[in-house]
Amino acid sequence: MNEIILEAKEISKSFNDPVKVKVLSDITMAIAKGEFVALTGKSGCGKSTLLYILSTMDTDYEGELLIDTISMVRKKEAALARVRNEKIGFVFQFHYLLEEFSVLKNVMLPGLKLARLSEKEVEHDAMEKLKILGIDKLAMKKANQLSGGEKQRVAIARALINNPDIIMGDEPTGNLDKKNSDNVFDLFKKLSEEFKQTLLIVTHDQSFADRMHRIIEMEDGRIIN
Amino acid sequence: MNMKLIGSIAKALLLARWKQTMVAAIGVTFSITMFIALLSFMAGLNDLLDGLLLNRTAHVRLYNEIQPSKDQPVNRSAIYKNDYNFIHSVKPAAARLQIYNSGAILQALKKDNRVLGIAPKIITPVFFNDMNIHVAAVINGIDVKSESKLFYFNDYITEGVSGDLEKIPNSIVLGKGLANQLSAAVGDRVQVSNISGEIFQLKVTGLFQTGVQELDKTQSYASIVTVQKIMGQPNTFITDIQVKLKNVKEAPAIAKEYAALFEIEAVDIQTANSQFETGSFIRTLISYAVGIVLLVVAGFGIYNILNMMIYEKMDTIAILKATGFSGRDVQNIFLAIATSIGVLGGALGLLLGFGLSAIIDQIPFSTASLPTIKTYPINYNPLFYIIGAVFSLVTTFLAGWFPSRKASKIDPVIIIRGK
Repeated sequence: MNEIILEAKEISKSFNDPVKVKVLSDITMAIAKGEFVALTGKSGCGKSTLLYILSTMDTDYEGELLIDTISMVRKKEAALARVRNEKIGFVFQFHYLLEEFSVLKNVMLPGLKLARLSEKEVEHDAMEKLKILGIDKLAMKKANQLSGGEKQRVAIARALINNPDIIMGDEPTGNLDKKNSDNVFDLFKKLSEEFKQTLLIVTHDQSFADRMHRIIEMEDGRIIN
Repeated sequence: MNMKLIGSIAKALLLARWKQTMVAAIGVTFSITMFIALLSFMAGLNDLLDGLLLNRTAHVRLYNEIQPSKDQPVNRSAIYKNDYNFIHSVKPAAARLQIYNSGAILQALKKDNRVLGIAPKIITPVFFNDMNIHVAAVINGIDVKSESKLFYFNDYITEGVSGDLEKIPNSIVLGKGLANQLSAAVGDRVQVSNISGEIFQLKVTGLFQTGVQELDKTQSYASIVTVQKIMGQPNTFITDIQVKLKNVKEAPAIAKEYAALFEIEAVDIQTANSQFETGSFIRTLISYAVGIVLLVVAGFGIYNILNMMIYEKMDTIAILKATGFSGRDVQNIFLAIATSIGVLGGALGLLLGFGLSAIIDQIPFSTASLPTIKTYPINYNPLFYIIGAVFSLVTTFLAGWFPSRKASKIDPVIIIRGK
């Protein structure tokens, strides 16, 4: 087996409002480098909740989370932000582009925050990523001038900018029509196959899930497959 | 670290909402403008009112008071030592108003390096005779040069030249009210009789107006030599020594010291005019209070606009946090927005405040009581501008602090999952 990039050990989570409801119980799983994983299950089974815990954004859980073999438990907010910046790329159902900025600047933002490279180098990288995704012509446009499918591709480019260890997607095709959904899925596949990018995608679309390397299926807060 | 990036994000958010930003900045600008203009005007007014009296008043005035001797012969007598001695209606002996040994005192004062300058003076009551009318008034014998230098004598001369008092023998400068009573103009001659009834002819070389009517009706100035002549006194005769100090706050202590040293009456400016300082203090206090209230109101404006901006930009905050910006970074972004509103609005306010003061400074303001004042008084004290700048920064920072803290605490999961 390849090097483990993301590992969950007995992760549980409950909501206390208004009565105690357990949404995740004893989730244990691991994702190796280069895997293309689908996290599926019915609506309300806890798959998104699990993703946000794995993404370090949700810190209210029991159990242990390891990213790149480092435990995320009891890390400070600023340290977790740094981990997200450096090691995780996000694609959400909604694109969350900043309308005030150009496409290029949107893609560059996480890279500028990381500040590992100079502004020029980040800009060059961003153009590279846009080229890979076939939207380099849109670089200078404002984010609100793009179509839905284009926006989602820009969001993917933004997720890639710091060459993250893993890309997490929460229903990334949920807002798109069939054609654009296929388009985005093909991009994920390309990233996985050509660039050996690790991906963890939450989806309820079984037809997509079936085309991925590995499916983790959830029901009522447990992994069943 | 990352200050450039945070600055560029703050700038983009600001420009995206430039109308709201403008409104917030204008609020700060307005309050700083009013703050500067108000304080400059108030301080100018204070200086004017203080100057009206204090400029013309000696910090320490030395004089001889005619009073009955406290030490009566019967008290010295050994025979009556153990008795109670009641003496009624004690009258002063024919004491002189003159300051004894005035030359030596003047020499000693000149050597004292706490003293800015001294002006000797003779004050004597006289009658001005115009046909059958006798007007009681006072002649001040002055040393024109030191009087002008220390007490701005020149400022109050409305007609004629003060220097003529020294050049033209037997000349006099009349108060305007007094001149009207005598229907005397510059160049005319007036008759003066001293207490003994001797009559002198004096030439009017100028008129003065102090703004205090009572003074203008009863006062006149002549050179010391002229007054000594009228009184028939030798040239060492003076009745007052006016001392101006380098530091006016030392006046009470120095007055006491001189009184003991020269065995003379000495009164300091604080004792003589205590009500003036109180008035100035209250006026300054009121203008500061109004200025600060204006700034606080502007601060609430900024608070509101930032709060609104944060609600509108929830998505932006969420994605910034998701992609690796910490709560601290988000807080810094909104603090940068608040302080740049403060800096821009404040700087503009300082400029406009200066402009408004300059305009007020040009507005004509003439009153009979203040002959030297032609426009409204303004004090361009740099301290007001420093206070204004500091206040604008502090209020905008505080107004930005609370909303930006809220922004830093936003949980991105709630925003993202809520979509």
